[in-house]
Amino acid sequence: MFGELWESFTDALEGLGSVVHFLFRLIVNSPRVLLRFNLISQQIFNSGALSLIIIVLSGLFVGMVLGLQGFQLLQRFGSEEALGTAATIGLVKELGPVVTALLFAGRAGTALASELGLMRATDQLSAMEMMAVDPIQRVVVPRFLGGVIAMPLLAAIFSVIGIYGAQLVGVQIMGVDSGSFWSQMRSAVSLTDVTEGIAKSFAFGVACSLIAVYQGYYATPTAEGVGRATTSTVVTSAVVILFLDYLITAAFL
Amino acid sequence: MFAGLDIQIPRGKVTAVMGPSGTGKTTLLRLITGQVLADGGEIKVAGQDMQALSRAELYVLRRRMGMLFQNGALLTDFSVFENVAFPLREHTDLTERLIRQLVLTKLQAVGLRGAAELMPAELSGGMSRRVALARAIVMDPELLIYDEPFVGLDPISLGVILRLIRRLNDTLGITSIVVSHDVQEISTVADQVFLLSGGKVVAGGTPQELKTNPTEIVKQFIGGLADGPVPFHFPAADYFGELMSRSEDL
Repeated sequence: MFGELWESFTDALEGLGSVVHFLFRLIVNSPRVLLRFNLISQQIFNSGALSLIIIVLSGLFVGMVLGLQGFQLLQRFGSEEALGTAATIGLVKELGPVVTALLFAGRAGTALASELGLMRATDQLSAMEMMAVDPIQRVVVPRFLGGVIAMPLLAAIFSVIGIYGAQLVGVQIMGVDSGSFWSQMRSAVSLTDVTEGIAKSFAFGVACSLIAVYQGYYATPTAEGVGRATTSTVVTSAVVILFLDYLITAAFL
Repeated sequence: MFAGLDIQIPRGKVTAVMGPSGTGKTTLLRLITGQVLADGGEIKVAGQDMQALSRAELYVLRRRMGMLFQNGALLTDFSVFENVAFPLREHTDLTERLIRQLVLTKLQAVGLRGAAELMPAELSGGMSRRVALARAIVMDPELLIYDEPFVGLDPISLGVILRLIRRLNDTLGITSIVVSHDVQEISTVADQVFLLSGGKVVAGGTPQELKTNPTEIVKQFIGGLADGPVPFHFPAADYFGELMSRSEDL
């Protein structure tokens, strides 16, 4: 019993170690890949632009719900004008990065993992190695960097659309004064709040992209293995995102 | 995997490596190409010890090799043209015009110049293998390795691949290694055959010499006999005993 626990503990440590080692390999190879930026911009398009629709729609609805809930709550204290502040802080610091990252893991992360897994299963990665092309440099690093760059941009778009959604419900439907909505927001939201959001979305971008490419690159080269890699990309990403979220929030207090 | 394996592959010839499934033919290829490292022994390719090479040196050596994977292993995001152009774009600074000419010549050599704009998903099995072959020779390698090139091909595609192996070897002066277990096909194309079994070479020589080899395992393999040194039955407990024993959940 104790032996089994110990074993699964060391297994987990081993897994973490190999992920960190993989991250170092990606970082060491990054400068050379940055010189071929067209490879990265292609991946920013794949992970970022193709995730836009889901991000925009979710951002709008999350913002609208915030507007509604926030209005209800603030009305009790007679301070509906603070709706702009409440919604913006909630979105920029918390919901923007977290919800975007969860959606990003589901949309872009799974696509990355299954793409790499299938490339492994169909020998495309081995074929590249045989052509003296390093698949880490040619395939994995561009996808990783593309995700790292796309994620903060998506989170920013999510927050902006979310604030608009809150405004839509709060001001247009519930009748909060438009002037106080915007001016209170501008005076109450500080640069630290925005920095926290950016730090989070960047950290989540690194985590999600790393988990996705790691799972895909080391997927068992079978149909079942690729499926498992895709699933565990989403599951691992979700847990890691929420854990990191707590750590970063605590760090900014 | 191997014990006492000693193979010399002569330059400029077609050498076939045959053997029953699971005898480590693919492992041998991976050792030759440096995809895996041996635990012991020595592997020399073009005079260089594979064990002693750094990653960078290995990549330099690999530019002199071409390999044809079992299913072609074409890059699925790229068209046929871009697949063949891939090594050129990665390793050279040639002009677009020159790349185009080189790619079209190689595609012409495998008879698929007309398919240049197709995507890999639109190709048949035989066609993908021919495109992969064009890609393998686009950097003008000295050594060309074929991993099970005949598996799952119809007779026409098979004939085409056979002819290409021989023709590329002779016209380009390449050294070819073909791993396969198709006895008939191999004997028409190979200059020299090694038969692997149980981790060592059990027979070697020209295809003709192999056909007259009196060893049991060679006879079984060449003749395609169901039972022999490689048994029909997977190792199991005594048949009668197992049938008569009580299974616990009955």
